[in-house]
Amino acid sequence: MQVIYDWFLAFYERTGINLSFIYDNFDRARIIKGFWLTIELSVITIALSIVVGVIGAWLKGARSGWVRHSVDAFISIFRNTPPLVQIYFFYFGLGFMLPRVMDPISGTMAPMVTNFQWAVLSLSLFAGAFNIEIFRSGMEAVPRAMVEAADSLGYTRSQIYWHVVLPLAFRNCLPALGNNLVNLVKTTNLAYAIAVPEMMYAAKQIWSDSSNVREMMIFLLFAYVFLVAILVYGLNWLERALRIPGYGQMGGR
Amino acid sequence: MLRFSDAFAPSAVRVTSRAALAVSALVFVGSSAMAAAGSAHDSVLTILIRWAPLLLSGFLFNLLISVLSMAVGTLAGIPLGMMQLSSLRPLARLGYYLTQFFRNAPWLVLLFICVMLLPFEFRVAGLRIPFPDWVKAVVGFSLPAMANVSEILRGAVLSVPTGQWESAESLGFNRRQTMFQIILPQCIKRMLPPWMNLYSLITMSTVTASVVGVSEMLTMTAQVHAAEGSRPELLAPLYSFAMLCFFVYAYPIGKWTEYLERKYQVKD
Repeated sequence: MQVIYDWFLAFYERTGINLSFIYDNFDRARIIKGFWLTIELSVITIALSIVVGVIGAWLKGARSGWVRHSVDAFISIFRNTPPLVQIYFFYFGLGFMLPRVMDPISGTMAPMVTNFQWAVLSLSLFAGAFNIEIFRSGMEAVPRAMVEAADSLGYTRSQIYWHVVLPLAFRNCLPALGNNLVNLVKTTNLAYAIAVPEMMYAAKQIWSDSSNVREMMIFLLFAYVFLVAILVYGLNWLERALRIPGYGQMGGR
Repeated sequence: MLRFSDAFAPSAVRVTSRAALAVSALVFVGSSAMAAAGSAHDSVLTILIRWAPLLLSGFLFNLLISVLSMAVGTLAGIPLGMMQLSSLRPLARLGYYLTQFFRNAPWLVLLFICVMLLPFEFRVAGLRIPFPDWVKAVVGFSLPAMANVSEILRGAVLSVPTGQWESAESLGFNRRQTMFQIILPQCIKRMLPPWMNLYSLITMSTVTASVVGVSEMLTMTAQVHAAEGSRPELLAPLYSFAMLCFFVYAYPIGKWTEYLERKYQVKD
């Protein structure tokens, strides 16, 4: 490895292209940590946003009008306000109202919810609001005849939901869900604004120290495109793996 | 590859909410924070009224950035979309890769790149054209707008039934004539709802310009907070006010988009 580091250092001296996040041990540790934190943030928010989406879609089918309208209000608030303001509102606005607790490790008073947790929470709610609509439309696209057929075969209501509607709805909404999750991964870098040390934040620290803005920017672009590409590849694989012959647009092929 | 048109499929956007309820929820959060404010200071409402002109002028700046970005993005995106549909294979590939790259790059990174790497002025034949931060931000937002418009155009053109192409051909239209006289006029209707959705997204993202130091609404909000003595209990109402401004602007656009989607929905 040292050979590679030395080569990049020599490369910098020769060309002036400063890839300090490769040859410098400290910078490398920072960017790797940031990269993993971005992945962690993405994976947790994706999982939570799907949970929010499933629960919200279920609540939207509730009998009580109040529950349905509350879900609608939640969706319209989170869709029609900027995600960055949401993050600020949660972190600064609500974060202040919560009590401070004793941190067992350092023994000092620390906020009850850390900035990472606030970022996870607000991003999950933001993406979850979109997921509710997506799941809902997926469920609506399940042909009525499927439900009736299951009903006539003696399935109970919950069996119909879990064994017929949900599996088909999930397949219906996969393309739209994938698009939203791609957007979510790209939005995780808003956590930068509340000093969550993810990839963008690490890059900013590095270019502040080494003044290699151009190189870090290009690295960031490719790193995010790489992450998104992995997600898109995974989703396409999932779509193919879940395909049922004869059902849906892709089913015939 | 995932397509843009999927996320904006007509059925995906059907919010049947009550604006009043949503707004009252926002106001509730604001007022609950108001109750927390101490009596020794001005009330939150007084502060909001005092600073509303400044905050709203910041919001207008956001809207200016969003409108300019969308205009530039559309003007650049339409040729890019046409490039994707070109019958020349290399040109179509280039258009495809450009579109995919700018669609899949995070908006904040593109914004940072434009703000940090564009020069602060251009010299054209002895003439100095200043290039302030907010203009760079407009460039930064119009790049993803361009890629998304390109994809919207491609999706719309592909959604026109092939029969239209075939009948145009049988009537003696060449490819260019078919495109400009038959296909594109039909696309405008199909493109309008996703285009408006995109505009809404751009408007929402203009606040990220505050991260790179453009003095738009969020920057103003932070300054107002500092001017009022940085009392932490003011943060929730101030940010709710910012949310409210965007909500009031974006909600009708969303409703109108839904209406257009229903109206233009292609019946199977």
